[in-house]
Amino acid sequence: MAPDSAYVILSAILFTIGVVGVVIRRNPLVVFMSIELMLNAANLALVAFGHRAGTVDAQALVLFVMAVAAAEVAVGLAIIVAIFRVRRRLSVDDLSLMRW
Amino acid sequence: MGLIPFLLVAVIAVGAALGLVIKKNPIHGALFLVVNLGSIAVLYQSLGAEFLAWAQVIVYAGAIMVLFVFAIMVLIPGKEETGPDPRRRTRLLATPFAVALLLLLLGFLVTAGPPAPAGTGAAATGNGVERLATILFTDYLLPFEVTSILLLAAMVGVLVLARRRTS
Repeated sequence: MAPDSAYVILSAILFTIGVVGVVIRRNPLVVFMSIELMLNAANLALVAFGHRAGTVDAQALVLFVMAVAAAEVAVGLAIIVAIFRVRRRLSVDDLSLMRW
Repeated sequence: MGLIPFLLVAVIAVGAALGLVIKKNPIHGALFLVVNLGSIAVLYQSLGAEFLAWAQVIVYAGAIMVLFVFAIMVLIPGKEETGPDPRRRTRLLATPFAVALLLLLLGFLVTAGPPAPAGTGAAATGNGVERLATILFTDYLLPFEVTSILLLAAMVGVLVLARRRTS
Protein backbone atom coordinates (compact mmCIF):
# COMPACT_ATOMS: atom_id res chain seq x y z
CA MET A 1 0.00 0.00 0.00
CA ALA A 2 1.19 3.47 -0.85
CA PRO A 3 0.80 5.63 2.27
CA ASP A 4 -1.08 8.93 2.12
CA SER A 5 2.15 10.81 2.71
CA ALA A 6 3.46 9.46 -0.61
CA TYR A 7 0.60 11.25 -2.35
CA VAL A 8 1.43 14.41 -0.42
CA ILE A 9 5.09 14.20 -1.42
CA LEU A 10 4.07 13.78 -5.07
CA SER A 11 1.79 16.79 -4.68
CA ALA A 12 4.68 18.90 -3.33
CA ILE A 13 6.89 17.87 -6.28
CA LEU A 14 4.18 18.72 -8.83
CA PHE A 15 3.51 22.05 -7.14
CA THR A 16 7.19 22.96 -7.28
CA ILE A 17 7.38 22.05 -10.97
CA GLY A 18 4.35 24.30 -11.53
CA VAL A 19 6.04 27.19 -9.72
CA VAL A 20 9.18 26.72 -11.82
CA GLY A 21 7.04 26.74 -14.96
CA VAL A 22 5.38 30.00 -13.95
CA VAL A 23 8.74 31.61 -13.21
CA ILE A 24 10.90 30.49 -16.15
CA ARG A 25 8.52 30.31 -19.10
CA ARG A 26 7.80 33.33 -21.27
CA ASN A 27 4.69 32.17 -23.08
CA PRO A 28 1.63 33.25 -21.08
CA LEU A 29 -0.26 30.13 -22.20
CA VAL A 30 2.41 27.85 -20.74
CA VAL A 31 2.44 29.98 -17.58
CA PHE A 32 -1.29 29.44 -17.39
CA MET A 33 -0.95 25.69 -17.79
CA SER A 34 1.65 25.66 -15.03
CA ILE A 35 -0.88 27.38 -12.80
CA GLU A 36 -3.31 24.55 -13.58
CA LEU A 37 -0.56 22.14 -12.56
CA MET A 38 -0.23 23.90 -9.20
CA LEU A 39 -4.00 23.81 -8.67
CA ASN A 40 -4.01 20.10 -9.36
CA ALA A 41 -1.13 19.48 -6.97
CA ALA A 42 -3.05 21.28 -4.24
CA ASN A 43 -6.15 19.23 -5.06
CA LEU A 44 -4.16 16.02 -4.82
CA ALA A 45 -2.88 16.97 -1.37
CA LEU A 46 -6.45 17.82 -0.30
CA VAL A 47 -7.81 14.47 -1.47
CA ALA A 48 -4.94 12.62 0.22
CA PHE A 49 -5.57 14.40 3.53
CA GLY A 50 -9.30 13.79 3.19
CA HIS A 51 -8.59 10.11 2.61
CA ARG A 52 -6.48 10.00 5.74
CA ALA A 53 -9.17 11.74 7.80
CA GLY A 54 -11.88 9.46 6.40
CA THR A 55 -14.22 12.28 5.35
CA VAL A 56 -15.50 13.51 1.98
CA ASP A 57 -15.38 17.22 2.88
CA ALA A 58 -12.07 17.56 1.09
CA GLN A 59 -13.60 16.10 -2.05
CA ALA A 60 -16.38 18.69 -1.98
CA LEU A 61 -13.71 21.39 -1.64
CA VAL A 62 -11.79 19.96 -4.60
CA LEU A 63 -14.97 20.07 -6.66
CA PHE A 64 -15.29 23.79 -5.93
CA VAL A 65 -11.63 24.31 -6.81
CA MET A 66 -12.30 22.64 -10.16
CA ALA A 67 -15.24 24.97 -10.85
CA VAL A 68 -13.18 28.03 -9.92
CA ALA A 69 -10.32 26.76 -12.11
CA ALA A 70 -12.69 26.40 -15.05
CA ALA A 71 -13.92 29.97 -14.62
CA GLU A 72 -10.34 31.17 -14.20
CA VAL A 73 -9.18 29.47 -17.39
CA ALA A 74 -12.05 30.94 -19.40
CA VAL A 75 -11.46 34.50 -18.18
CA GLY A 76 -7.67 34.21 -18.37
CA LEU A 77 -7.65 32.92 -21.92
CA ALA A 78 -10.05 35.70 -22.92
CA ILE A 79 -7.63 38.24 -21.41
CA ILE A 80 -4.69 36.66 -23.25
CA VAL A 81 -6.61 36.76 -26.53
CA ALA A 82 -7.51 40.41 -25.89
CA ILE A 83 -3.86 41.26 -25.19
CA PHE A 84 -2.75 39.39 -28.31
CA ARG A 85 -5.26 41.33 -30.36
CA VAL A 86 -3.72 44.62 -29.26
CA ARG A 87 0.00 43.74 -29.19
CA ARG A 88 0.21 41.01 -31.87
CA ARG A 89 2.78 39.03 -29.88
CA LEU A 90 2.82 37.02 -26.69
CA SER A 91 5.50 37.25 -24.05
CA VAL A 92 5.09 37.84 -20.36
CA ASP A 93 8.14 40.13 -20.46
CA ASP A 94 6.13 42.59 -22.54
CA LEU A 95 3.34 42.71 -20.02
CA SER A 96 5.09 44.51 -17.19
CA LEU A 97 2.49 47.28 -17.11
CA MET A 98 -1.16 46.93 -16.21
CA ARG A 99 -2.10 49.05 -19.21
CA TRP A 100 -1.29 49.26 -22.87
CA MET B 1 -3.13 1.17 -4.52
CA GLY B 2 0.01 -0.88 -4.25
CA LEU B 3 3.36 0.79 -4.01
CA ILE B 4 4.62 -0.27 -7.45
CA PRO B 5 1.54 1.00 -9.42
CA PHE B 6 1.62 4.20 -7.38
CA LEU B 7 5.28 4.79 -8.22
CA LEU B 8 4.56 4.09 -11.89
CA VAL B 9 1.72 6.64 -12.01
CA ALA B 10 3.74 9.12 -9.95
CA VAL B 11 6.69 8.89 -12.36
CA ILE B 12 4.32 9.45 -15.31
CA ALA B 13 2.79 12.47 -13.55
CA VAL B 14 6.14 14.05 -12.70
CA GLY B 15 7.55 13.31 -16.16
CA ALA B 16 4.56 14.89 -17.86
CA ALA B 17 4.80 17.94 -15.60
CA LEU B 18 8.50 18.30 -16.46
CA GLY B 19 7.60 17.93 -20.14
CA LEU B 20 5.12 20.79 -19.81
CA VAL B 21 7.76 23.06 -18.29
CA ILE B 22 10.67 22.04 -20.55
CA LYS B 23 9.16 21.62 -24.03
CA LYS B 24 9.28 24.75 -26.17
CA ASN B 25 6.13 24.15 -28.18
CA PRO B 26 2.99 25.01 -26.17
CA ILE B 27 0.98 22.34 -28.01
CA HIS B 28 3.36 19.69 -26.70
CA GLY B 29 3.03 21.28 -23.28
CA ALA B 30 -0.76 21.05 -23.47
CA LEU B 31 -0.63 17.36 -24.39
CA PHE B 32 1.83 16.69 -21.56
CA LEU B 33 -0.59 18.44 -19.21
CA VAL B 34 -3.40 16.14 -20.40
CA VAL B 35 -1.23 13.14 -19.47
CA ASN B 36 -0.50 14.69 -16.09
CA LEU B 37 -4.17 15.38 -15.39
CA GLY B 38 -5.09 11.84 -16.40
CA SER B 39 -2.52 10.32 -14.07
CA ILE B 40 -3.80 12.51 -11.24
CA ALA B 41 -7.30 11.19 -12.02
CA VAL B 42 -5.92 7.67 -11.55
CA LEU B 43 -4.54 8.73 -8.18
CA TYR B 44 -7.94 10.17 -7.19
CA GLN B 45 -9.50 6.84 -8.07
CA SER B 46 -6.99 5.01 -5.92
CA LEU B 47 -7.78 7.35 -3.00
CA GLY B 48 -11.46 6.40 -3.17
CA ALA B 49 -12.59 9.62 -4.88
CA GLU B 50 -14.34 8.05 -7.86
CA PHE B 51 -16.49 11.06 -8.68
CA LEU B 52 -13.51 13.41 -8.61
CA ALA B 53 -11.53 11.07 -10.85
CA TRP B 54 -14.16 11.22 -13.57
CA ALA B 55 -14.85 14.91 -13.04
CA GLN B 56 -11.12 15.41 -13.50
CA VAL B 57 -11.14 13.52 -16.79
CA ILE B 58 -14.26 15.28 -18.10
CA VAL B 59 -13.74 18.81 -16.80
CA TYR B 60 -9.95 19.14 -16.86
CA ALA B 61 -8.62 16.75 -19.46
CA GLY B 62 -11.72 17.29 -21.57
CA ALA B 63 -13.15 20.77 -21.37
CA ILE B 64 -10.32 22.90 -20.01
CA MET B 65 -7.60 21.37 -22.16
CA VAL B 66 -9.75 21.69 -25.28
CA LEU B 67 -10.05 25.37 -24.41
CA PHE B 68 -6.27 25.60 -24.05
CA VAL B 69 -5.54 23.82 -27.32
CA PHE B 70 -8.10 25.98 -29.04
CA ALA B 71 -6.49 29.16 -27.67
CA ILE B 72 -3.03 27.94 -28.71
CA MET B 73 -4.30 27.24 -32.21
CA VAL B 74 -5.92 30.67 -32.44
CA LEU B 75 -2.89 32.57 -31.16
CA ILE B 76 -0.24 30.46 -32.97
CA PRO B 77 2.50 31.36 -30.52
CA GLY B 78 4.60 28.35 -31.50
CA LYS B 79 7.61 30.39 -32.53
CA GLU B 80 7.53 32.88 -29.69
CA GLU B 81 10.13 31.29 -27.45
CA THR B 82 12.67 30.29 -30.05
CA GLY B 83 14.84 33.37 -29.63
CA PRO B 84 17.49 33.57 -26.93
CA ASP B 85 16.12 34.54 -23.57
CA PRO B 86 17.31 38.06 -22.66
CA ARG B 87 16.79 37.32 -18.99
CA ARG B 88 18.27 33.85 -18.88
CA ARG B 89 20.52 34.52 -15.92
CA THR B 90 17.65 35.90 -13.86
CA ARG B 91 15.50 32.91 -14.71
CA LEU B 92 18.24 30.42 -13.79
CA LEU B 93 18.01 31.88 -10.31
CA ALA B 94 14.69 30.07 -10.10
CA THR B 95 16.47 26.73 -9.59
CA PRO B 96 17.82 27.23 -6.05
CA PHE B 97 14.58 28.85 -5.02
CA ALA B 98 12.61 25.94 -6.43
CA VAL B 99 14.71 23.48 -4.46
CA ALA B 100 14.20 25.57 -1.33
CA LEU B 101 10.45 25.68 -1.94
CA LEU B 102 10.33 21.92 -2.48
CA LEU B 103 12.18 21.25 0.79
CA LEU B 104 9.90 23.70 2.60
CA LEU B 105 6.77 22.08 1.20
CA LEU B 106 8.00 18.58 2.00
CA GLY B 107 8.96 19.54 5.53
CA PHE B 108 5.63 21.21 6.10
CA LEU B 109 3.22 18.92 4.29
CA VAL B 110 4.53 15.59 5.52
CA THR B 111 4.04 16.59 9.11
CA ALA B 112 0.83 18.55 8.47
CA GLY B 113 -2.65 17.29 7.79
CA PRO B 114 -5.25 15.60 9.88
CA PRO B 115 -4.39 12.64 12.05
CA ALA B 116 -5.73 9.28 11.00
CA PRO B 117 -9.01 8.60 12.81
CA ALA B 118 -8.88 6.03 15.52
CA GLY B 119 -10.51 2.77 14.54
CA THR B 120 -12.42 2.26 11.28
CA GLY B 121 -15.53 4.29 12.08
CA ALA B 122 -15.43 7.13 9.57
CA ALA B 123 -14.52 5.40 6.33
CA ALA B 124 -17.07 2.62 6.34
CA THR B 125 -20.44 4.32 5.75
CA GLY B 126 -21.80 3.98 2.22
CA ASN B 127 -19.96 4.50 -1.05
CA GLY B 128 -17.92 7.58 -1.83
CA VAL B 129 -20.10 9.13 -4.52
CA GLU B 130 -23.20 8.86 -2.37
CA ARG B 131 -21.48 10.48 0.62
CA LEU B 132 -20.09 13.25 -1.57
CA ALA B 133 -23.51 13.97 -3.07
CA THR B 134 -25.14 14.04 0.35
CA ILE B 135 -22.61 16.47 1.78
CA LEU B 136 -22.62 18.61 -1.37
CA PHE B 137 -26.36 19.18 -1.28
CA THR B 138 -26.70 19.63 2.48
CA ASP B 139 -23.67 21.16 4.19
CA TYR B 140 -22.22 22.74 1.05
CA LEU B 141 -25.45 23.78 -0.68
CA LEU B 142 -24.77 27.51 -0.53
CA PRO B 143 -21.20 27.30 -1.91
CA PHE B 144 -22.56 25.00 -4.61
CA GLU B 145 -25.11 27.60 -5.72
CA VAL B 146 -22.53 30.40 -5.50
CA THR B 147 -20.35 28.33 -7.82
CA SER B 148 -23.05 28.39 -10.47
CA ILE B 149 -23.27 32.17 -10.16
CA LEU B 150 -19.49 32.32 -10.51
CA LEU B 151 -19.61 30.28 -13.71
CA LEU B 152 -22.36 32.52 -15.10
CA ALA B 153 -20.34 35.63 -14.22
CA ALA B 154 -17.26 34.13 -15.88
CA MET B 155 -19.25 33.37 -19.01
CA VAL B 156 -20.59 36.92 -19.25
CA GLY B 157 -17.14 38.33 -18.51
CA VAL B 158 -15.54 36.26 -21.26
CA LEU B 159 -18.14 37.45 -23.75
CA VAL B 160 -17.41 41.06 -22.82
CA LEU B 161 -13.62 40.57 -22.97
CA ALA B 162 -13.61 38.69 -26.26
CA ARG B 163 -15.97 41.04 -28.04
CA ARG B 164 -14.39 42.92 -30.93
CA ARG B 165 -14.64 46.61 -30.29
CA THR B 166 -16.34 48.26 -33.24
CA SER B 167 -15.75 51.90 -32.39
